[in-house]
Amino acid sequence: MTAQACIVGIGETRYARDKSWSPTTLALHLDAAVRAIEDAGLAMRDIDGLLPFPGLSSAEEIAANLGISELRFTSTVHLGGASPVASLLHASLAIGAGVAQHVLIPAGWAGYSGVRARQTVSMEVQSLPGGGIARDFYIPYGLTAPPQWYALMARRHMAEFGTTPEQLGAIAVAMRRHAQANPNAVMRGRPMTLADYLASPMIADPYRLLDCCLETDGGAALVVTSEERARDLAKRPVRILGAAVGQPHPADEIVSRKDWFQIGLTSAAPRAFGQAGVRPSDADFAQIYDCFTFEVLQQIEEAGFCKRGEGGAFVAGGRIELGGELPINTHGGLLSEAHVVGMNHVVEAVRQLRGEAGERQVAGAELGVVTGFGDFGDGSIAVLGRA
Amino acid sequence: MSARPLPQLTGLSAEFYGFCKRHELRFQRCAACATWRHVPRERCAACGAAEFRWEPSSGRGRVYTWIVANRSMHPAFASDPPQVPVVVEMDEGVRLVTQVVDCPPEELAIGLPVEVVYDDVTADVTLPKFRRRA
Ligand SMILES: [Zn+2]
Repeated sequence: MTAQACIVGIGETRYARDKSWSPTTLALHLDAAVRAIEDAGLAMRDIDGLLPFPGLSSAEEIAANLGISELRFTSTVHLGGASPVASLLHASLAIGAGVAQHVLIPAGWAGYSGVRARQTVSMEVQSLPGGGIARDFYIPYGLTAPPQWYALMARRHMAEFGTTPEQLGAIAVAMRRHAQANPNAVMRGRPMTLADYLASPMIADPYRLLDCCLETDGGAALVVTSEERARDLAKRPVRILGAAVGQPHPADEIVSRKDWFQIGLTSAAPRAFGQAGVRPSDADFAQIYDCFTFEVLQQIEEAGFCKRGEGGAFVAGGRIELGGELPINTHGGLLSEAHVVGMNHVVEAVRQLRGEAGERQVAGAELGVVTGFGDFGDGSIAVLGRA
Repeated sequence: MSARPLPQLTGLSAEFYGFCKRHELRFQRCAACATWRHVPRERCAACGAAEFRWEPSSGRGRVYTWIVANRSMHPAFASDPPQVPVVVEMDEGVRLVTQVVDCPPEELAIGLPVEVVYDDVTADVTLPKFRRRA
């Protein structure tokens, strides 16, 4: 990507688990979208590209509600939780090709008051990654939900490399610590220790409750435009220096991979870093899709922040906490801020690179990495830089 | 409790489970390059060939990984003791999600040798499961 696209607008709704609040998923997308468009200093009618999240809202209903009358480009990336970050690649391509100028990417869901995250997979077989494979070869044997799939991987990592529950716990504890510095984090005011983590009940042994992301209501959105156009807008732009997606092989089935630990990020990360002309060690922070603790550790390894098998040692000792060598999920992540399908990770990366992250600001942040992870290990990654 | 979820007997799944019903564990094997595969696929990912045979498995494998579903996330399993889905790597090299019927979770171990047994769940459906072997 020679002509770099820039993120120029970010928007977030309130993030909550609140029995007196039951927004629809569409309302969350629209609320976040309006905020992102305002943040960019644009008008609704300026939006001419739209990348809705798969299965949660449609371009038609978003355009109808926002008065977007001339949509020049729309598509949906079907990579589950990897879709928001993957959409940065699609937006960059559309903008670079001159097909669209201002691309809106809304995401999030009513994952608390609506259909709970834990229910989505077992209840709606048609939306399963692998569809009939899970129906015919996983679910009859009691393997029904995402924490269970990924716990299969975590146990194998623990056996092969000696990764410990304490190391997985260090990830959960770091995210919770970061949430204490984030006014919009659902877990603000509820600090957690490693002992709390170890005492939490087993959910899908080796996964405990506190290895798992939250079920929350919330929406987040971005506006992306060209570097040239970005100069005229309200906020300091954030450059998309590199963006890539990848899939494991096979992507529709999780247990037959020749390389058990291969995920989409394994091939995507070198492409994104190569495009950006930087190395993982150049990053000032990383926002890593944290559906479960082990997936953070695995993505740290597969993205090249350390070698495979060394992730356990990498996350220990405060390295991934604010003030450490590579702060990860400075907002608290899906584990302790909210489950906004990873769009909250992109928003946080932009805040850090604008210098707007308040008490959790990484001093002098100029280069950040954000990843997405979806379905059976689909991956996406963007390398973002301060303009 | 809602009905226990069963495989849908269509397409290649029906062929695989049809053998299980006769208490035979068979996997697809490529007619061109002899690569074993599971789950059932239309073509061989190693060479692209469409032709295959359903070849009998040795029925023997080893535990590759497992989890304990301490908290049920599916209504059909809600009132049961925790399910323990296990991944077994067969001697042929393919892996499958299954259960080990005679082994409490605390005795499971990676590398544990197992052999196939058949669980006739209904008149139509038999699931291949495993038990410990010497
Ligand atoms: Zn072949």
